[in-house]
Amino acid sequence: MQAFAQLLDSLSFEAARIAKLRLIETYLRAAPDPDRGWALAALTGGLDFPAAKPALLRGFGQEKIGEELFALSYDYVGDLAETLALIWETDPAAGPPPSLGEVVETLQRATRTQTPAILKRWLDALDSTGRWALLKLLTGALRVGVSARLAKQAAANIGGQPVETVEEIWHGLTPPYRPLFDWLLQGAPRPSSNAGGAFLPPMLANPIDRAELDVLDPAHFRAEWKWDGIRVQVASSGGVKRLFSRAGEDISGAFPDIVEAIDFDGVFDGELLVRREEAVAPFNDLQQRLNRKSVTPKMLKEHPAHVRLYDVLQLDGEDLRGLPFDQRRAHLEAWMALAPRARFDLSPLVSFHDWAHLAELREAMKSDGIEGLMLKRADSGYLAGRPKGPWFKWKRDPMLADCVLMYAQRGHGKRSSFYSDFTFGCWRPASSEAADGTRELAPVGKAYFGFTDEELRWLDKWVRDHTTNRFGPVREVAQELVLEVAFDGIARSSRHKSGVALRFPRISRIRRDKPAAEADTVDNLLRLLP
Amino acid sequence: MATDTLNPRSWLYPTPRGLYCEPGDFYVDPAVAVPRAVITHGHGDHARPGHRASLATPETLAIMRTRFEDMPNTVQQPLAYGESVRLGEVDVRLAPAGHILGSAQAVLAFKGQRIVVSGDFKRRPDPTCPPFEPVPCDVFITEATFALPVFHHPSDAGEIGKLLRSVDTFPERTHLVGVYALGKCQRVIKLLRAAGYDKRIWLHGALLALCKLYQDHGIDLGDVAPVSDAILETFRGAIVLCPPSAMADRWSRRFADPVAALCSGWMGVRARARQRGAELPLVISDHADWPELTQTLKDVGAPKVWVTHGREEALVHYARSIGIDAEALHLAGREEEGA
Repeated sequence: MQAFAQLLDSLSFEAARIAKLRLIETYLRAAPDPDRGWALAALTGGLDFPAAKPALLRGFGQEKIGEELFALSYDYVGDLAETLALIWETDPAAGPPPSLGEVVETLQRATRTQTPAILKRWLDALDSTGRWALLKLLTGALRVGVSARLAKQAAANIGGQPVETVEEIWHGLTPPYRPLFDWLLQGAPRPSSNAGGAFLPPMLANPIDRAELDVLDPAHFRAEWKWDGIRVQVASSGGVKRLFSRAGEDISGAFPDIVEAIDFDGVFDGELLVRREEAVAPFNDLQQRLNRKSVTPKMLKEHPAHVRLYDVLQLDGEDLRGLPFDQRRAHLEAWMALAPRARFDLSPLVSFHDWAHLAELREAMKSDGIEGLMLKRADSGYLAGRPKGPWFKWKRDPMLADCVLMYAQRGHGKRSSFYSDFTFGCWRPASSEAADGTRELAPVGKAYFGFTDEELRWLDKWVRDHTTNRFGPVREVAQELVLEVAFDGIARSSRHKSGVALRFPRISRIRRDKPAAEADTVDNLLRLLP
Repeated sequence: MATDTLNPRSWLYPTPRGLYCEPGDFYVDPAVAVPRAVITHGHGDHARPGHRASLATPETLAIMRTRFEDMPNTVQQPLAYGESVRLGEVDVRLAPAGHILGSAQAVLAFKGQRIVVSGDFKRRPDPTCPPFEPVPCDVFITEATFALPVFHHPSDAGEIGKLLRSVDTFPERTHLVGVYALGKCQRVIKLLRAAGYDKRIWLHGALLALCKLYQDHGIDLGDVAPVSDAILETFRGAIVLCPPSAMADRWSRRFADPVAALCSGWMGVRARARQRGAELPLVISDHADWPELTQTLKDVGAPKVWVTHGREEALVHYARSIGIDAEALHLAGREEEGA
């Protein structure tokens, strides 16, 4: 438990992906079975205990130091699990701290009434980092900035395997994953992936622009719209039906409407959308349905989910991935023609005769539900990962707005001495009855990339020279610098002060030439709303 | 020891210039320049320049001379630990506080009543100064920087172990360790040496003068060198000490993908560590944590306790719960930094 606690502790302070990977790999190599398997389960969200209720932890704390001191402590720290971990004192007489395996296996067997006593014994035996990790595990929120995919990547790395091979077998495995580690580290055979509802690693596209297209022969490619939802895999085999995200995360729980509609045996690649009548709803609507373990009937009714199919990977037990795109497409169309399916439809091919024609079609397409075009080589098989050559994404040109820099924050790692995270705003009337025309800036977004290294050095210097106020790592700057911000979409948001949220914002240009007063207004942005 | 009739507040009380001892006509750690000061230790919020006369341990006076351009206009009165001197009608003695080199508690006796102004202190061993000496007294004035039950500073060796483990895990990165120039810096070097780290430790220019002063006082820091002297040095895998402010400064750009480590008692609370931008927070503090503070109240056995700078509320609450007559004492010019 202590080693796992140190891992979580380090991860929680580390921002760089590559460093996070190193930390997880180092732990997975050194930790014994079954601890490392339980750790991997915890990091991939695969552990489920009867969670410890906040009231239980609060009660422990008050019992230990009294109500008043506990209230002062909690008020200062701001996190219940952390407060309890810090105020508790290690009891040297409590014996050795439990291993992670012991913690998980005990909790899985313990009844609700036994849990408090067990928990106290462990709190006595662990150090404060250990207690913090234990309580985080128990309250079900690790929040150390590690996605399931990153944890799988780390596991794959210790065996020198591509992450796709781990993802492919993942859903046939159960914690603590002994066969996985035996394969990765001991040279044992690779665990099989033929369990029902297995995830097949998806094929991904590389970005391309108009100029790069000219070296390609349009006759070799098929085009289809790139829908603005999330890429998913519908997998049904051996009676097991699942919906996976692109990273192999099982999201079936949030989409029972899709899972119930699966009445076939096959694996399909598609785009998950919210669809009302014939219209694809804005991405924001889909977002309401994501990241939920369960979903209310109201949500199901008001935000009905739908999968628009791109490709077929397996059908009635037959693996089609080796076939060229055209043949897979023929299978897909024939299969769709067999029966109407309420929750599934086909993403249509876009016919074109040359790149100029396709460019025109791309320009003319104004629908909000479309992010751009996909180009797929007609003769290519379905290849895991992001191979160079067969698939391209040709995104729509981004929307642009001229915004004023308001705050800058220092980055991490290589960027720790640079102000590299920028919050920018647009103008709006200073108050609802601002008859005198006074205006103020309302923050509309935050971006930390899009600029070159040279531009970053310039921005950093500008921030240092124009600081008007400091709040910890954040500097407020003079409202003088205009940044052209590119973004892929815009939606209304009640969480943002300005009432709008930008999708995927990045700095596209520094407009040293433009006076701040001429930057865009929040009203200008609202006009871009679909 | 006590006289029942004498109110301690009648002869030692806070003023806007600092804590004033009337029958001795001196201030303890005043916030502004005064005619006569008694200084507990060399940190900037306790030792200030410009007093006409300063009484302190010889080590503290040496630190003040280093920081304040030799203080030619201040009459310096060294008082070694354990020695006594009479100022006006008050007997003054300095007892070790265990905080940094030269740090002392001011033990003040007047008409048979004894008040101890502890300044900043800690109870755990520190290789750079003698340990805190509990002095029985009528009134104990305690700091409260970390006076909440959440502050249990872990073992120094464990925290240094974290740093060395990170150096092993990221051997290609520079470990940039943020330390205060006085006390923390030299203690961290000594702790690294005690953990068997015998490689060169690199120093930011702002740390040099005080490291030299510690070495002149017989504290062996091993192989240390200024970053500015480095020739053909990549600093990969190196440990570099600097003031916390330098980590955000352009100065730090010479290092390859640095790991930002910060040494302070505040690092025990995650939100604080994040706020300060620490990637590797190390809980190494020169202040007493909650168990040390509460133990100290029991050790000195004072019936009255005045609590200053920090989280007075919690410590006052605790002291009263064990029957001590405790109250908060608000002093001008105290800061949180340097903890």
